[in-house]
Amino acid sequence: MSGHSTYEPKYAAEKWIDKRLPIVRMGVDFMAFPSPRNLNYWYAFGGILTLCLMSQIITGIILAMHYTPTVGEAFNSVQRIKRDVPFGWLLQSMHAVGASMFFLAVYIHMFRGLFYGSYKAPRELLWIIGCAIYLAMMATGFLGYTLPWGQMSFWGATVITGFFGAIPVVGESLQQWLLGGYSVGNPTLQRFFSLHYLLPFVIAALVGLHVWAVHHVGQNNPIGIDIKTKEDTLSFHPYYTMKDGFAIAVFLMIFALFVFYLPEALGHADNYQRANPMVTPPHIVPEWYFLPFYAILRAVPDKLMGIMLMFGAIVVLFILPWLDTAKVRSMRFRPTTRRFFYIFLFMCFVLGWCGAHSPDDIAIPMGHGGMTFKWVSRVATLYYFAFFLFLLPVLGWVEKTKALPDSITKAIHDGEA
Amino acid sequence: MTKFSMKSVFVGAALVIGSLGVAQVSMASNAGGEHKMEHRNWSFNGMFGTYDVEAMQRGYQIYREVCSSCHALDHMSFRHLGDKGAPFYSSEYPNPNDNPVVKAFAKDWMVPDIDQDSGDVIERPGIPADKFPQIYPNSIAAAASNGGAVPPDLSVITKARTGGADYVYAILTGYHEAPHDFHLSEGMNYNVAFAGNQIAMAAPLSDGLVEYATRTVPGEHGGEPHVITPPEATVDQMASDIVQFLTWAGDPKMQARKNLGFATFLFLFIFSLLLFLTYKQVWKDVEH
Repeated sequence: MSGHSTYEPKYAAEKWIDKRLPIVRMGVDFMAFPSPRNLNYWYAFGGILTLCLMSQIITGIILAMHYTPTVGEAFNSVQRIKRDVPFGWLLQSMHAVGASMFFLAVYIHMFRGLFYGSYKAPRELLWIIGCAIYLAMMATGFLGYTLPWGQMSFWGATVITGFFGAIPVVGESLQQWLLGGYSVGNPTLQRFFSLHYLLPFVIAALVGLHVWAVHHVGQNNPIGIDIKTKEDTLSFHPYYTMKDGFAIAVFLMIFALFVFYLPEALGHADNYQRANPMVTPPHIVPEWYFLPFYAILRAVPDKLMGIMLMFGAIVVLFILPWLDTAKVRSMRFRPTTRRFFYIFLFMCFVLGWCGAHSPDDIAIPMGHGGMTFKWVSRVATLYYFAFFLFLLPVLGWVEKTKALPDSITKAIHDGEA
Repeated sequence: MTKFSMKSVFVGAALVIGSLGVAQVSMASNAGGEHKMEHRNWSFNGMFGTYDVEAMQRGYQIYREVCSSCHALDHMSFRHLGDKGAPFYSSEYPNPNDNPVVKAFAKDWMVPDIDQDSGDVIERPGIPADKFPQIYPNSIAAAASNGGAVPPDLSVITKARTGGADYVYAILTGYHEAPHDFHLSEGMNYNVAFAGNQIAMAAPLSDGLVEYATRTVPGEHGGEPHVITPPEATVDQMASDIVQFLTWAGDPKMQARKNLGFATFLFLFIFSLLLFLTYKQVWKDVEH
């Protein structure tokens, strides 16, 4: 949908630049990008995510000026940032809360893509680049959580790097190579800091590809049909800059609520205790955004099996464009799939709930005993995989979809968009 | 499934945040053990809550006279006591290093140093720029003096325990006679709020342990000086005062945080309203 460039250089200097490096043209075309006119607020999360990434990078760069990545000083330096660095408390809070907000936004963005079939042709690569961004975000989030060097930082890092040790043959050497030793220690902290600083720029580069791809194939939209005429579109600016701008401001209020009034709500008290290799916390739990995967990991007794399932849960996202066999993109026209999608969404929350609890505790009391979290996670894990590997392929063949509108404009006119 | 309205965005966001909150609460209830911690109505609770300066000042007295025999304040310097929002802040001394009250408190402590002429390890009275001194030379010494348990740093204690201020208060007021059928290990103390009900720390507070001084404050604009009569030093009162001090110690920027938060909300509210009106204006001729 890149379409024709509408930019016409007026002044001599503009013409001179345009012949040599059409960067102004790129900017102007970007702002005038023809977007489907029926995008709803769920489509604002791309802009919200860009803001999250920028906020994380800017606060992170300043925090790194005051942070000391050594086992002796890391914990102290975070306290020093919060107490003595001017507005350090704000930067630290924005960065820590920002990670949660980033994941909150990315999950909404992904579920939106799932619901409207934004991964289907010709947007397969767009979706896959998005999955790569998500993976890089997970790595960055994990590495960053180690840096304050609290108890959860240390033990979380120990548990996660322990996964690699379970890989047959090469596992142990791989784990030692990652840690820079036999256990999580100073070399681990220093390399984690280095990589935590590097990865956001990799994410930024991937975001560049992601945006390039969306500008090449055009945005999907809630009814999932292609743009047919110019009438179906609106210029990105001012239409979507204003709509997204409003959505961003509302999102920032949620962000600010946590930054200013609930800065610890998404963290764990144990991380205010300095890392101590001699004392294991009673419950080692990851950050909330990893809880569903943590639940999948612990759903099976075998460690290697658990790890394979956990990584498999992400791998299925990468191959999703070829798992869903339906021709129709948007679930608005796929009533049966839509119901299974809502169950899928529910199951993701269930997995998150299970991840926060001990597997052997009772989740659903029944009589004297009840269903343990392990069994609830098993059911939810089964559904998670069944949704991608069975339901989506099969429903694509058998489901009778509703009739698609002729065009976006007509759908709007008929009140269907 | 027709048009997604703004309402559904709000409902979606509320659902997500609500479920995060539920996850949080359920995690919290896990760690507490069998004893139910009382949620107290602290002055610093809520969006507009502030620290009680008088209580914080009494709390510092308790820290100095009672807690500091075993517990350090790892992340604090004396000058922090005179920062804006701190217990001994005075608008006359924006630089806490000049604050005479803070200076006097610092001088009351001996801090380790190196003699600049001989290079000998010495101890000298503190100045506001010094950190609060460590109580024990190292954690082994700390454990050896306390029956194997290292007294935790108190500068982040209300942050480092699930339940925060409520938990610290519950521990300080949770010492009771052990039930007959309870097996208490050698050197341990029974406490209803502590996980497992056995705590190494002996009950630190008892009624009348410290003497709260009566203070005379000069009247405003040359008026009559008025006398502040302190509350009675009961265990509950002292526990509540030390919790005020320690909550401040763990979150010294709370006041600045809440003030800026309020301003930010005010701005974002007006900003989003203007953006919404602009959006409606821009889209008014577009059928969508």
